[in-house]
Amino acid sequence: MPLLTATAVTKKFGGLTAVNNLDFEIEQGSIASLIGPNGAGKTTFFNCIAGFYQIEAGQIVFDGQPIQRLRRDQIAHLGISRTYQNIRLFANMTAMENILVGQHYHLRSSWIGAVLGTKSVREDEGRAHREARRLLRFVGLQNKGDLLASNLPYGDQRRLEVARALANKPRLLLLDEPTAGMNPAESQQMTEFIRHLRDELGTTILLIEHEMRVVMGISEKITVLHYGQKIAEGTPIQIQTDPLVIEAYLGRGSAGTAGHEATAIPALEATQGGASAGSTPASA
Amino acid sequence: MKASLIERLTEGAIATFLWLLRVAVVLVVVVGSALTIMSGRYSLEVYVGLVVSGLTLGSIYALIALGYTMVYGILRMINFAHGEIFMAGAFAGYFVVTASDKLGFLNQGPVTAMITIVVAILVAVAVATPIALLVEKIAYRPLRNAPRLVPLISAIGASFVLQYTFRGFFGPGIYSYPTVDFLDQTLPISGVIVRYVDVIVVISAFVMMTGLYLFVMRTKLGTAIRAVSEDKDTAALMGIDVNRAIVTTFGLGAAMAGAAGVLYALLFRQVFFLTGFVPGIKAFTAAVLGGIGNIPGAMLGGLFLGQVESIGPTLFLDGFNVPSPNQLKDVIAFTMLVLVLVFRPSGILGERIARSRA
Amino acid sequence: MTVTSAGMPATGTAPSATGSAPAMPVSFQRRVIRTGLLGAVIALYLCMVGIVPIFNARPLVQGVISLGQAALFLSLFATGFVATRRVAESSSRLIADGAIAGGLSGVALSALVLVGSMVDVRAFMPNASPVLYGILTFNLGTVGFWIPMALGAVLGGLAGAVGLASPRLRRSLFVGLISLFALGLFAGLIRTPMLALPVDELARLLFASDGLTLIGAVVVLVLSVGLHHLQRTRRLDRQFAALPPSQRRRIQIPLIALAAVFVLVLPQGLGSFFAQVIAIVALYVMMGLGLNITLGLAGLLDLGFVAFFAVGAYTVGLLTSTAEFGIAQWPFWAAVPVAVIVAMVFGAFLGLPILSIRGDYLAIATMGFGEIIRILAGSDLMKPLLGGPRGIINIPKPIEVPPDSLLAGPNQIYYIALIGAALIAFVAWRLRASRLGRAWIAIREDEDVAEAIGINLIQTKILAYMLGAAFAGLGGAVFAALVGSIFASSIQLMVSINVASLIIVGGMGSIPGVIVGAIFLIGLPELFREFSEYRFLFYGIALIAMMQLRPEGLLPSRIVRREFQHGGGDEPPESSTSPLAL
Repeated sequence: MPLLTATAVTKKFGGLTAVNNLDFEIEQGSIASLIGPNGAGKTTFFNCIAGFYQIEAGQIVFDGQPIQRLRRDQIAHLGISRTYQNIRLFANMTAMENILVGQHYHLRSSWIGAVLGTKSVREDEGRAHREARRLLRFVGLQNKGDLLASNLPYGDQRRLEVARALANKPRLLLLDEPTAGMNPAESQQMTEFIRHLRDELGTTILLIEHEMRVVMGISEKITVLHYGQKIAEGTPIQIQTDPLVIEAYLGRGSAGTAGHEATAIPALEATQGGASAGSTPASA
Repeated sequence: MKASLIERLTEGAIATFLWLLRVAVVLVVVVGSALTIMSGRYSLEVYVGLVVSGLTLGSIYALIALGYTMVYGILRMINFAHGEIFMAGAFAGYFVVTASDKLGFLNQGPVTAMITIVVAILVAVAVATPIALLVEKIAYRPLRNAPRLVPLISAIGASFVLQYTFRGFFGPGIYSYPTVDFLDQTLPISGVIVRYVDVIVVISAFVMMTGLYLFVMRTKLGTAIRAVSEDKDTAALMGIDVNRAIVTTFGLGAAMAGAAGVLYALLFRQVFFLTGFVPGIKAFTAAVLGGIGNIPGAMLGGLFLGQVESIGPTLFLDGFNVPSPNQLKDVIAFTMLVLVLVFRPSGILGERIARSRA
Repeated sequence: MTVTSAGMPATGTAPSATGSAPAMPVSFQRRVIRTGLLGAVIALYLCMVGIVPIFNARPLVQGVISLGQAALFLSLFATGFVATRRVAESSSRLIADGAIAGGLSGVALSALVLVGSMVDVRAFMPNASPVLYGILTFNLGTVGFWIPMALGAVLGGLAGAVGLASPRLRRSLFVGLISLFALGLFAGLIRTPMLALPVDELARLLFASDGLTLIGAVVVLVLSVGLHHLQRTRRLDRQFAALPPSQRRRIQIPLIALAAVFVLVLPQGLGSFFAQVIAIVALYVMMGLGLNITLGLAGLLDLGFVAFFAVGAYTVGLLTSTAEFGIAQWPFWAAVPVAVIVAMVFGAFLGLPILSIRGDYLAIATMGFGEIIRILAGSDLMKPLLGGPRGIINIPKPIEVPPDSLLAGPNQIYYIALIGAALIAFVAWRLRASRLGRAWIAIREDEDVAEAIGINLIQTKILAYMLGAAFAGLGGAVFAALVGSIFASSIQLMVSINVASLIIVGGMGSIPGVIVGAIFLIGLPELFREFSEYRFLFYGIALIAMMQLRPEGLLPSRIVRREFQHGGGDEPPESSTSPLAL
């Protein structure tokens, strides 16, 4: 049974239909990707799942429960965590505090207990700090817990955001362009990290990604969106050979009218080799 | 689901409480009105009189509200100092009307009185506009990209500076506008008492509002203002001078507020350094009521608030035998502000911006 | 003297931006004239708004200079200073430029004197009086109309000359002047307790009843410049920071103990006026700490603080008063918890509907609540219950003591407010490091993300609002006991504005910030009657300046300051480099 099922989801902004009649499923424990040109509705769909947007039509079911009418915090409580395309850490909190606040739902101490400093609250806080340190280590930020989030280098900020999302013990993790702005080495590292997450914690992962090397390397299923509609879905190999996808990325006949599309071509081509290279560590 | 019982109970309690609040408000309004009307304590004439004074007051609120709504539309900030611009206009008008009175010109007849009023309004506009532009330049412009609370705090600061600058310049005393005989005369209509001051206030307000509306809808600069309100960045890309549009917006709002200051002072016949505060907040209420960012909305909101404030105390509260209900007219206005923000933040005509999420 | 508006910004800013750019005589001249005109506007403003004439009544240095004169001189001096700042020029040119700019400001004042001698506008501009002209002309009257001009030129030229001095000398000079100013202002406050101690002779030597004596001024100037010099050469703060933590603590603990003792004995021997003032400051510190939870931690700008203040005050009044409207005649201590709880319940009821409103709207909505409560308190509707304008009187003191006791009068309120402040600070500190405190800060930082992390916004915000309300209620309760009565006229929007401003100016989320904010924004106006008329003018200027220069406040909380120190984040983080060094 799929962990998340979206049926005929539609989201409109005024006259613009950002997500149009989209059906989507993700299997428990898998890694899936959403790709598509800019403005294809990928992030909008994320926002619909995470409760940032109310959808006009359709249904989103997570673990047997419809979630499209729930508030963001309720969705988070069910076990969906996310990161953001443009990193949104709590800039004036330390790395440690960012992760601690991420555990909000799993801590039970009341405010009166906190004021009085009761034993249960101290234990709760102790557990939370241990867990936060474990997560910091897990994402490789062990010495940086006391730094303000805004003072971390870019790559560390991305990893901290993932750690904050993990603090909620999610069953489904939504990663919005986790390798954006990273150099090839860093994004290779991030790819490894994502796979590690799934293998180690069993977290189901859905990511939006532009970097085809990453997408083709780790996804078990890829869904291609174009103008809010699903135009293809399948394994990396299937997607790379799908004529509709190639057309969406290259444009019909013309060699890319917009700058972004032009840059997408080499990325797509590069994956031919990248897919096999990327899959080696997984089998190892 | 792990959500604790307490949290779910709290959620239920919140929802129930909000419903009870709605019911209570409706009950007070309906039962209060019914009791008042059945008591037969007031004749129809009284009610008509209240409607007329509500219309007068409401059109002044509408004029001030335009400034709030336009600035909010273009900068998404509450121009808290707007009430002080209004006060500056009232002060400027005072000096013109007093000078005219001293020269023996004011009460020569309706024509000289009207000339004086027109000159007072023009001077008020000429004084209020540069003050508003100065405030914009010093207190708001450097903060255009700051988090929302920062310009609001700066605006509160600007409001104090203006109030206490006027207090320092002109002293803490209350200045009484000279009597304009013509304004106190009533229209020759039997049954209702309508003074000329009501007529003049309402007509001037409507002329100015129409002028503003036409300016914003028909001129090139007005179109630029609307474009910048929609999307600052795109407007800038299209070659629109965003800064000019913003400054014009402040100027227009200030001009309306300055004129409103004179009209308000003609109606209440006094001005002092705190004159702007309460009408300012009420006009803001009117802007929110009509849907902030929306020009016709502000006009509608102002008129509506004027009516509620004028009729409300008598109609809603008198039936409950509340002593001196008129003391509570501001309570009604402020309650309405809170209720609108809570239950219909989009206002009568506006879009939903007051809530953090759609 | 008109400058073309198109060319003005470009040419005007170019020299200041490049600093040592090749000389551009025309634009220099323009810059000088522009600054001079601006200075003229400011000098005229200072005169007409009443700062110069009204503050003239308070001497800064007895018989030498008054506060009003100091303000005027400072504006002229600053004009010259700004006109010549960051300009690389010959010394004679700098002095001349300063003199021109300062003189230009002076010309405006001279014109004011001349016009004032011809037209009497006192009927509507009370400050344009012979008193002002007397100050401007050193009591020479119209004949002395040239004096402001000359004064401006001299002070402006002096400012230009100061620009020539080495930065170190300049800084010492400024420190000296600032110390002079501060001690001159607080002379009365320092002198009173000194007179009661064996150092009364010294007190008389240094301080007059208001302001410093001439000898005192010289001593202060010499001492402050000397200390500043010492600090600069010895670098005491760096020496201190370089000490190992254990030794640092050895110095810190006695200092903290000393400060604690100082705070405890502060009201003793100050006299009833000063005791009243510091009791009010302590009360505002307490209320500031309370609102700091709502505003500093959770980021909710609550301008309706006075609503809960009123609830607390009236609850205590009703429960304890032995006069007309009292219903129970309880002791103060039994009524306080009830007042706090009632205020908290009010906080819940008022907060629930509005907390989903966005920040700036919330501020206005809460202000609406404050006004509603204020109007209701004074209305005929509530008169049978709350006494309307006549209020509730005969609220007993919390502790009945003989009048010569250490706890007499406002002193006991001071101590109660201190205890309250300590309590609130403790609660805030504990909560700051708890699940709830982190959730508050997360909401303050980014509401959307906080919710997506699983934080229930309404429930988290309502707790912050209720705690703020509870502490406001406590403030109201203590206030009622301080005054001994509660009237509708005590319930003013001003209370909300005072509390919010002192937090914003002092530093959001920071306890020392609240204390500093309360001393500056509450203590000063209470201490000086002249100030109190201008309190809100200074508030306004402080709020505007603060938002542009230091939106984080004078003494921001540790975490906010840390962010500002690390700033760009281009330095390598300490912890990644230091482990090996340690």
